[in-house]
Amino acid sequence: MEWLKEHKENARKFSAALKKEGFNFFTGVPCSLLGALIEDLSKKKGACYIPAVREDAAFGTAGGAYLAGKLPAVLIQNSGLGYSLNVLTSFNLIYKIPVLCIVGFRGHGPDAPEHLVMGKSCLKILEDVGIGTMVPEKETLNEALARAKKVMTEKKEPFAIFIKKGIFGA
Amino acid sequence: MTSKKALEIIFSFIKKEAVIHATGYICRASQAVKDRPENFYMIGSMGIASSITLGVAIAKPKQKVIVLDGDGAVLMNMGSLATIGALRQKNLVHVVLDNESYESTGSQPSLTHIIHLEKIAKASGYVFSKKVTKPAELKNAMKTLLKKNGPAFLLVKVAKDNNAPYPRITATPEEITERFSRCL
Repeated sequence: MEWLKEHKENARKFSAALKKEGFNFFTGVPCSLLGALIEDLSKKKGACYIPAVREDAAFGTAGGAYLAGKLPAVLIQNSGLGYSLNVLTSFNLIYKIPVLCIVGFRGHGPDAPEHLVMGKSCLKILEDVGIGTMVPEKETLNEALARAKKVMTEKKEPFAIFIKKGIFGA
Repeated sequence: MTSKKALEIIFSFIKKEAVIHATGYICRASQAVKDRPENFYMIGSMGIASSITLGVAIAKPKQKVIVLDGDGAVLMNMGSLATIGALRQKNLVHVVLDNESYESTGSQPSLTHIIHLEKIAKASGYVFSKKVTKPAELKNAMKTLLKKNGPAFLLVKVAKDNNAPYPRITATPEEITERFSRCL
């Protein structure tokens, strides 16, 4: 699929910001809202985006990379948060394994029926288990990233940045 | 061969390699047989030990990285076999202690008395895949797979131990993270 020029440009900038903050290991399961970002990370030299087959496995692989000295980010759709919850709660949170979650925010406003329940509840679910979240605009992506990095470094916990429709894809 | 016997043989071949353990009795038996800082005990997140191992293996391509998995755990995260196989992760060694049951929850049967995990691993792209049932076969297999390029898969058929359960993992999860990452 060809992404819009604007989405590609946003992705290029955010990808550079991720690199600047020290993120050097990316894995996940695709979401169209993250399309241009996944494409940008995949074409980087050294192939640092590892495709996973399920979201919980992606968090496992990212955690392994962290144990071995990498700073990881996982890119998923919010529909995959259900699968991920066991790993986030019985691996990441208790073992103090930080990870940046970049989450495509489906069901934020009108969307297909399968996204509405998770769309309405996902922020609350993460808040309930003690994982911080932000839903930035295009202009405040870097602020969200700085906040995420701070939580990851100081508290050794995961942090989720929810990506709305129209930033890296539609 | 009991799982304790199998673990004693396996650890007699392991030197400084990182070993990531699946949740359940595998962690606990391993702690009893050979507790070492290079052991990562996954006490939750059933099925995910092989995914964690993949992350370590990608980040440390020059070290052999071993996962000690269970039959139930492999069945739960079978997609991990496809991922490891497709990536042709050379330095990953996948050892499965197969007791055909969920022993820590009361020995309910799994599916591996019917399903052959070593064939699934082979079909998923592991370059080496073997099933062993006897101690001598396990010794030979361990020699081979620590030398060869992987990904390698070894299914070790084990009998239930039939003794009292081994003690729970004594280190806290945070301590496990700290001591394990220091070894890598």
